[in-house]
Amino acid sequence: MTEAECVECGAELSLHDDLEAGEIIDCGTCGAELEVIDTEPPVLDRAPELEEDWGE
Amino acid sequence: MHVGILYSRIRRDEKLLLSELRNRGHDVEKIDVRKQQFSLDGTTADISNLDLVVDRCLATSRSLYATEFLESYGATVINSPKTADICADKAKNSLALANAGVPTPVTKVAFTTDAALEAIESFGYPCVLKPVVGSWGRLMAKIDSRNAAEAILEHKATLGHYEHKVFYVQEFVAKPGRDIRVLATDGEPIAAMTRSSDHWLTNAAKGGKTAAFELDETALELVKKASDAVGGGLLGVDLMEVGGAGSGEYTVHEVNHTVEFKALNEATPVDVPAKVVDWMEAKAAETSDEKAEAPAI
Repeated sequence: MTEAECVECGAELSLHDDLEAGEIIDCGTCGAELEVIDTEPPVLDRAPELEEDWGE
Repeated sequence: MHVGILYSRIRRDEKLLLSELRNRGHDVEKIDVRKQQFSLDGTTADISNLDLVVDRCLATSRSLYATEFLESYGATVINSPKTADICADKAKNSLALANAGVPTPVTKVAFTTDAALEAIESFGYPCVLKPVVGSWGRLMAKIDSRNAAEAILEHKATLGHYEHKVFYVQEFVAKPGRDIRVLATDGEPIAAMTRSSDHWLTNAAKGGKTAAFELDETALELVKKASDAVGGGLLGVDLMEVGGAGSGEYTVHEVNHTVEFKALNEATPVDVPAKVVDWMEAKAAETSDEKAEAPAI
């Protein structure tokens, strides 16, 4: 398990080993949705806001 | 097999798929469509050695264009842009189902608030107003009165995007507190579940409770016909029971082309990603045979 910093609140996040670029994780401290930009090393950014045409 | 996955967000569904593909030793090329350009004769994405491209775009607009471009380069894309085009739009979806003789809720489309109000009044109350593009039960309106209809239509007319001025009005189907989601590959069901809720919207994304469901002969036939009606592929076919739970009579309200399956994987004993990858392998083998048989130019 690796760690990264929440870009919203600065809290330390524990990341799963099977992390995928493009995945969304929630910050347990501030609740921000974060997108995994890269995995080695882990880079996080604020996730895009929900768009109207998202879905299945 | 060398598989390209078009995506802009990796959901649990994509993680399940990626894991199954990698566990079987397939090469996976993740293609984040946000980082690519698509020109008339090629793309910045590396698609040169792909046997198959799987569209898992979360954004419908990206799904429609990316699949169209990729198919024009000669890539085998699932689902095809033709299927995506029909499934992405509820009006086209309804027309395709009706034209194929699949029972589907009575639907009217109007382009002005006045005409839409007339359509609503012709159905009576309640009836349903849906956006032509959208998912997860968002912006769906069950209209219980003329006052509500006038207010909702006014709001929609001022929302801005032209798609909100395509008013898709539908009869309200009194389903038995649940609908049925079937995941199918070219019309062959992989798994099926019910989605239940006290709310009129039963989507899993809205918190509907899921349970495995066994399809009877009528439902199996409808799933096949609905799949064929939109051009086949990896699809989520949604049915409602007409006349109560277990009545054996159904109406198909829509077919989804970038179907999510994590809920089905949990609700049923079926290893859904394994079945999906089985089908993808068969598709890749078919494509490879067709290319080998094609006369050299």
